[in-house]
Amino acid sequence: MKKLITNWNHYPVVEADEISFDYDRELTNKLNGFQTIAHGNGRCYGDASLSTSVINTLRYDKILSFDEQQGIITCQSGILLSDLLQVIVPRGWFLPVTPGTKFITVGGAVASDVHGKNHHVDGSFSRHVVSMSVLTGLDEKVICSPTQNADLFWATCGGMGLTGVVLEVSFRLKKIETAFISQKQIKADNLDEAMVLFAEHSDHTYSVAWIDCLKTGNHFGRCILILGEHSTQGEVKSKRDCLMPKEKSLFSMPCHLPSFVLNGWSVKAFNALYYAKNYQKVMNSCVHYDGFFYPLDSILNWNRIYGRKGFVQYQFVLPLQNSKEGLKNILTRINKMGMGSFLAVLKLFGEQDDLISFPMKGYTLALDFPMRPGLLDFLDELDEVVADYGGRIYLSKDARMKKEIFWDTYPKAGVFKDILEKYDPSHRYVSGLSKRLKLKG
Amino acid sequence: MSRNALILGATSDIAVALARKFGTNGYSITLAARNLEKIRATQADIKIRQRVPVEIVSFDANDVESHQAFYESLPAKPDVVISVFGLLGNQTEAQQNWKSCQDILYANFIGAVSILNIVANDMEQRRHGVIIGISSVAGERGRQSNYIYGSAKAGFTAYLSGLRNRLCKSNVHVLTVKPGFVKTRMIENIKTPGPLTSLPSRVADDIYNAMAKGRNTIYTSSIWRPIMYAIKSIPEGLFKRLKL
Repeated sequence: MKKLITNWNHYPVVEADEISFDYDRELTNKLNGFQTIAHGNGRCYGDASLSTSVINTLRYDKILSFDEQQGIITCQSGILLSDLLQVIVPRGWFLPVTPGTKFITVGGAVASDVHGKNHHVDGSFSRHVVSMSVLTGLDEKVICSPTQNADLFWATCGGMGLTGVVLEVSFRLKKIETAFISQKQIKADNLDEAMVLFAEHSDHTYSVAWIDCLKTGNHFGRCILILGEHSTQGEVKSKRDCLMPKEKSLFSMPCHLPSFVLNGWSVKAFNALYYAKNYQKVMNSCVHYDGFFYPLDSILNWNRIYGRKGFVQYQFVLPLQNSKEGLKNILTRINKMGMGSFLAVLKLFGEQDDLISFPMKGYTLALDFPMRPGLLDFLDELDEVVADYGGRIYLSKDARMKKEIFWDTYPKAGVFKDILEKYDPSHRYVSGLSKRLKLKG
Repeated sequence: MSRNALILGATSDIAVALARKFGTNGYSITLAARNLEKIRATQADIKIRQRVPVEIVSFDANDVESHQAFYESLPAKPDVVISVFGLLGNQTEAQQNWKSCQDILYANFIGAVSILNIVANDMEQRRHGVIIGISSVAGERGRQSNYIYGSAKAGFTAYLSGLRNRLCKSNVHVLTVKPGFVKTRMIENIKTPGPLTSLPSRVADDIYNAMAKGRNTIYTSSIWRPIMYAIKSIPEGLFKRLKL
């Protein structure tokens, strides 16, 4: 049955056949040789999981084993992180790495090789994968790990589903005493101060900064740096159960907001309030993990605040030595264009040098732009700047990068492409992204 | 000793939701399905999430000859038996082809009668137990679009009602469940009105609560009771001309 399918930012939208499956053999029986790509919960921001036919993995969501002593869990790829948290948190375990939403599948976490606020300490998701099985383009279920079929493993981590369908994933969890996070927030007057603070606090497990990208002058790039550690039992004063996961979201955006609601003025007003709410330079608190990691998940369908036209996420990373100059350059351009981003997040990554994963040592900035005329040209211009500084764009948040930029900025793209040819020579797994970037299809 | 729930037709979405609900409430679970390969992952998953013992056993509703042996070989005599299996089938095909028609009758009526006869005799003797049959609102009135399925479910509803009457004095309770649209694989390719479509987990909650309260017949969601009342009150002379 043909269906309209899109991802979180409502751009682009494609008409596609949808296949779903409960167990391995059912999937192989249903694949009919047409070009297809795995599609999880549709939380990426682009065309990586869109094709003429998509494999919906959400029914393939069972937990197969859980070693509560060692903290190793094996599950099918369609399970959501939110469902996993319900199982692991009460037993004293947490996700080793989590992105800013819990509504993604484990398969998606592998395919995007997601990173979190602890990247500088724990690396990205692939760092914690013990092994996994992949249904490749050769119709074989291949088990891979950093030591077994390593080429397939590294091309699948961050490989945007192009090696095949991720089936079962076994990964290591993180031990926790409570479901709470001891949080410290520090205000930084400007970008220079923020970068000093990031470097000073690199020993914190979690760190991220909200950045006001519309401020100019002395307050250019002012931030609130947010640091966190898993709380110990002694640090949690509440009498509530220390290992309670969060049950349900409270609020859902009932409809799209008209697109004029988010404009330069409203974003500036929001930023001013958000910055002012921290009335002290440094503030300490103990908060539930759900509010700390997933502030936006508490508003279901928050993407509707951008209106029907949708929006584009733009996330790039710059090598450390060029980060300061590059960030200033890019923020100045955003300022000049009045292309204010409502939610802007700055983070210092640690070392990483994988085949096709996004992170590298340096600063990453994630921005949201409501769709409007001139935006795509502006982003093409930003791409050039990012590439000139030796940085790159996150594929999971990309729907528009030109292929030249991709090939210039991902130095191992050629090796990646060769591995794709090996495991999928007849190009069975193809997406909008793989065609756009001339990787496959 | 923990109570046991036997779920017949364990590959369905409602069955999995029921297994979770009963597991969460402390029941050990026996999942019965024709194809064990399909339910191995479910078994592992419920063991981990609900932290209860889960057994899987092979069961073919159509193979009525095997039912007695199946029931005798169960690892535990169940306290609750839930008949979930069913087959929507294809009405047009079933009108033309007896084999397709027979499959629908077996999966929704004959197979259920066969296995529940055996369960009923055992529970009657033990003077203990609950039998839950998942019938359908489709069994309330025959409509041209699915009356083969509907008539099998109508038969099943009548069977459950009689069984309840018989077992009442033996301390065995029978619950008839009439779901409306449920978001399951059965209707994966059918467009259904959103507000009238429930999630399997909601249906499982309704069933468990109804059992706990000792209800006899429930619609799930409950909105279907007035809807079916309205549909049943349309005079036949008018009803036969409608496109339903």
